[in-house]
Amino acid sequence: MEQPQVSDQPEAASSGAAYEDTHVHAVYEAIAPHFSATRHKPWPRVASFLNAQAPGSVGLDVGCGNGKYLPVNPRLHLLGSDRSAALVDLARGQPAGPGASSKAEVLVADGLALPYRLGAADFAICIAVIHHLSTPQRRRDSIAALLDSVRPGGTVLVYVWALEQASSRRGWDENSQQDTLVPWVMKGPKGDPNEGTTYQRYYHLYRGGELEEDVLAAGGAVLEAGYERDNWWVVCSKQQQPGDP
Amino acid sequence: MKVLTLNFLTCAVKACKSSPASHPLHPKDAELVQDELEVNSDMIVNVLPRLDWTALRTTSSELGFPPLPDQPPTAEELEADDKKLKDLHHLLLETSISEGKLVCGNCGHEYAVKEGIANFLLPSHLV
Repeated sequence: MEQPQVSDQPEAASSGAAYEDTHVHAVYEAIAPHFSATRHKPWPRVASFLNAQAPGSVGLDVGCGNGKYLPVNPRLHLLGSDRSAALVDLARGQPAGPGASSKAEVLVADGLALPYRLGAADFAICIAVIHHLSTPQRRRDSIAALLDSVRPGGTVLVYVWALEQASSRRGWDENSQQDTLVPWVMKGPKGDPNEGTTYQRYYHLYRGGELEEDVLAAGGAVLEAGYERDNWWVVCSKQQQPGDP
Repeated sequence: MKVLTLNFLTCAVKACKSSPASHPLHPKDAELVQDELEVNSDMIVNVLPRLDWTALRTTSSELGFPPLPDQPPTAEELEADDKKLKDLHHLLLETSISEGKLVCGNCGHEYAVKEGIANFLLPSHLV
């Protein structure tokens, strides 16, 4: 497999962005309908996190993809965003809740330049997103941006793909390369010119403990963490500063 | 995009976020749509502490709604006054911007809204 040419230097932020334009954003724009058709079942832990929030809470789903989490709990004001306009268009088609007559609230935004008022939301989720950022600094900055968006004491749930997934069909283990390109083979409707085209998406596969390290480096405190279905997850909140209420 | 959502938005430009002028974003050439939705008092009462009321008053007047009081209603007031609750429900949840622009009061950047979806991706010189 071709190895991605990614610098691990934090100062390479602009080249990291350019790399992701080609190896993440352009791919999702191209594969959005097929990708979306394979993503409809909410992961149980994410659904239970959403269902545990108080009615009327305001939440952010950063990197909402096709919006599969937006209808899970109709008693929340859940605002979705994604870097891919094609996925946001699909997410807009989700109801705001089961049987709801209004459409999901979604917008197009970059996770490193979120348009949310600081410290205003009750909670945020960011599911299978941060592993697409190509430098350690950009991954930590994205977690910091999530923490900045929630009120003091508000929680953030993050999921990333794990390096340790020897039992999955990918078969990676702790000795595998962490920065890698993962193929997506396009299956379109009959006669679709893109049928069979293989796209390569960039991933940084997280090793055990690394997500917690990134949360700490981003100024967060880890409340809960674990491994589920080839992913590492963490619930975190902003580290309380001296003098905070 | 619902008026409630707009209350949680600011400019995506990093240098603007700390400026009070970047919030709320100002609707320009906005087309509004109204949905009829069932009133759920929890959804309104519980979101009150999260709202920026001063910003909501600005948005409400910019969209041509009757003026809101200086201070937000209390939960007790809303629960006792059905009309107050319904009016707030109508403004926050039933009123959406379907087309137009959102303008930052600090840097002047305009974000397009199309079919209810605002686009906050920045041109490279603003990142």
